[in-house]
Amino acid sequence: MKNPSQKASESEMVQDAADALERAGFSRRNFIKGTGALIVGFSMGGAMEAFAAQGRPAVFGENASPDSPPAAEVDSWIAIGSDGTVTAYTGKEELGQGMSTAQTQLVAEELCVPFLRVNLIVADTAKTPDQGVTSGSQSHPANFNRNNLAGACATARQALLDLGSKKLGIPAEQLVAVDGTVRAKNDATKKVAYADLVAGKKFSLKVDSSAKRKPASEWTVLGKPLGRPDMTDMVMGTFEFAHNVKRPGMLHGMVIRPSAVGANLMNVDESSVTGMPGLVKIVVKKNFVGVVAEKPWQAIQIAKRLSVTWSPAPELPKQETFYEHLRTQRPVRDILLVNSKDVDQKLAGAATVVKATYLHPYQMHGSVGSSCAVADVQGDKATVWSATQGVWHLRATLAMLLELKPENVHVIFKRGSGCYGINGADAVSYDAAMLSQAVGKPVRIQLTRKDEMAWENYGFAFTIDERAGLDAQGNIVAWDHEAWSPVLGNRPVYTYPGNVITGFLVGFQPEEFKPRTPAPEPTSFSNNSNAIPSYVVGHVGGADHGAGTVKSERALLHNVISPFWTGPLRSPQRLQNTFAHESFMDELAAHAKADPVEFRLRHLSEPRMVDVVKAASVNAKWDARPSPNPHAKSATGFATGRGISCVAYEGDNGFSAMVAEVQVELATGKILVKRLVVAIDAGPVSNPDGLRNQSEGGALQGLSRALGEEVTWDDHNVTSVDWKTYHSLPLGFAVPKVDVVLLNRPDLPATGAGETAITVVAGAIANAIFDATGARIRQVPFTAERIKAALAG
Amino acid sequence: MSAISLIVNGKTHSLDVDPTTPLLYVLSDDLGLHGPKFGCGLGQCGACTVLVKGQAVRSCITAVEAVQGIEIVTLEGLGTPERPHPIQKAFIDEQAAQCGYCLSGVILTAKAFLDKNPKATEKEIQEGMSRVLCRCFTHTRMLRAIGNAQKEMAR
Repeated sequence: MKNPSQKASESEMVQDAADALERAGFSRRNFIKGTGALIVGFSMGGAMEAFAAQGRPAVFGENASPDSPPAAEVDSWIAIGSDGTVTAYTGKEELGQGMSTAQTQLVAEELCVPFLRVNLIVADTAKTPDQGVTSGSQSHPANFNRNNLAGACATARQALLDLGSKKLGIPAEQLVAVDGTVRAKNDATKKVAYADLVAGKKFSLKVDSSAKRKPASEWTVLGKPLGRPDMTDMVMGTFEFAHNVKRPGMLHGMVIRPSAVGANLMNVDESSVTGMPGLVKIVVKKNFVGVVAEKPWQAIQIAKRLSVTWSPAPELPKQETFYEHLRTQRPVRDILLVNSKDVDQKLAGAATVVKATYLHPYQMHGSVGSSCAVADVQGDKATVWSATQGVWHLRATLAMLLELKPENVHVIFKRGSGCYGINGADAVSYDAAMLSQAVGKPVRIQLTRKDEMAWENYGFAFTIDERAGLDAQGNIVAWDHEAWSPVLGNRPVYTYPGNVITGFLVGFQPEEFKPRTPAPEPTSFSNNSNAIPSYVVGHVGGADHGAGTVKSERALLHNVISPFWTGPLRSPQRLQNTFAHESFMDELAAHAKADPVEFRLRHLSEPRMVDVVKAASVNAKWDARPSPNPHAKSATGFATGRGISCVAYEGDNGFSAMVAEVQVELATGKILVKRLVVAIDAGPVSNPDGLRNQSEGGALQGLSRALGEEVTWDDHNVTSVDWKTYHSLPLGFAVPKVDVVLLNRPDLPATGAGETAITVVAGAIANAIFDATGARIRQVPFTAERIKAALAG
Repeated sequence: MSAISLIVNGKTHSLDVDPTTPLLYVLSDDLGLHGPKFGCGLGQCGACTVLVKGQAVRSCITAVEAVQGIEIVTLEGLGTPERPHPIQKAFIDEQAAQCGYCLSGVILTAKAFLDKNPKATEKEIQEGMSRVLCRCFTHTRMLRAIGNAQKEMAR
């Protein structure tokens, strides 16, 4: 594609959507922005006038790209074709979590059309609104409540009823929307099709966040366990991933990453590969080195043979002492999340003070397919097919990298291998773009396994100190949480290509680390990182925001600079902090000689937390008694136990509790997890089968992270660079039974759903090991050696 | 480069490629197939799996010259939406995927295993799948689907 024009971009749309727009005579962007003769304005009803007086709802981050289809416009989200087909546009991507299915259900439900009549267009900077990134369990709350996609659909339905009212001469209250038509409630023959009301024209309406959503009691599509429409193509092997994108004349690239973390490029000896078959070009910019060849295997051979010299690099901190090393690092950035200022005083007066330190390693996204992108950069225009979680972010930063205008960069999301956060998708998109720009032709690159694993933005390592006081009755009187965590880079967002490896290698710096100590007192409540335990009141700004009852509270985070790139990995920080909180809560329960479930319930105030804890424990047939179990050990050298863990994800964005049942082989420390029961409250269940699939996957991914996954390194390099050195549980391990209990809350707002199950796994397992053996394991992953050491200790 | 003859999903292809090229690159790049995928290039994860004479083979570490003239089946060749293989049907019925990237390895490894071990126990099936990775951890559904397909295939 020589000139990625608007026309060309529309050829990427599903045919029905493209047809609908073509019939309307508009390109997508012109369709939204235009004010031509075909455009029909809808009259604004009373609700709209009230809404207009209030101003636009804050539906995006304030940094949303200025030329994004505006989120406040219904037309940015919905278009109705002359054949009655509904095309919906979303920035929230299908990453494998079922989000496209659920969003299609939402549109079908709110607009009263069959599921199959909805075409969903996902994350494409030429077509869809800038919704930031698809991450952080934000898709369900963002698009299923009152704004954005759901709000646009509800507004559109009301507008269709109003238009139908005019056309049929029947008051809107006496009309109903059914199967793509507006018809009289009491006479099905008096009806008009949507297509005849709006076909191919604009709504020209603001999204009305007060527009009436269809109540869950009337849902016939949303809330149902519909199968995923992409499943058949995936199972037949015909689905097109980013990895399968092909462009005419496409070449193949490979990159050569530095020899060590922090090494600089000294020399590239091009003569080392002269004459190799398929060689097109060696590309060097600052510390970025890549090759372009005609065929993928040729590119790999050339990259392997190319003689590249790097400077010696400083030694990495020793892994053996890394957790202690974090405590002494300068500079440091201190963040206080909550501080009642009486913690030391309350601890001094407590009957018992309990302290423990928990350690969590860097872990990796470790996508099963290494990251891949295709870029076509020609002249002053670029098109990139990428599995990025944020197409608009990538567009903005690609423009910086390529020195092009953002409006000349077109990013099209194509699904990649499951990412669980920022894997190599953004970095490899930069790689592809750099190489394509250098040769003026489309270039595809898929990273080697080692390049993916050695240079991705790892999930955060943590050293966490917990301290709490118990009164004479065994109630918690104060809780102090203090954590150290290393950071470097992040998602690139709109302005930091240097937040991932490729951007850094070509000369961009990561987002500046801003030292700050001591931390200012918190002025607003945020528990996005779950640094604040669920059991405290979370008193900030004159009000309690927490899920618990403990009034004396402090949560303090020290960020220090990481030797490795870091970024969000499924349940970032929340998982690490929750492992510490929930393990420690169990330690407190043991000190109080209380049943761990009862002890939690005693210190929780949030009813939704109480409900998930009860649901998990009831479904697991919880054996109520203090831990450890004195009768857990069998004559055959095994011990069995059960543990519980729970979280108010980000404080209020989803709730889960899990009971784990484990068996420990006492002689070896080997554990067998036999059963996981997880209760989930994500607000209204949009697709129960999808939520179950997410929760089952989250439970087992959490198990793999708890039992085996750890980034390792030596003096200069990451050494966990393949599946022999980074330990992911394969399909054939002894998979526990996973029971998912869904708590449907049709009356409440939609919350996050994809990260709640994984967050509670490590705590539940550690607590079950303690119940079985009386040994407390405080370091992830729970390898047999560590469990054995804990048993001996 | 030299002429290589490959029989893939019942069709014969004549290709001019470096004979040491791993089969995966020829299938996905030269033949444009979507089923087999690059995961690790080391034979560790299974994403590149194809069937060669009914055996599950890791195409990322199999030179194309080694499979000349031998029947190769990729995930695309196993069934169609109208006539899915029982394993494919079971995966759809169980909705046994999340991102779907690993499916070539999962389904074809299961196919080769069940063909050879039609009466395998649940534990033996798990062992048979022990070298395949799914990082979305759709394990429970996948193993259930394979078990369901085993029953169907026995009928």
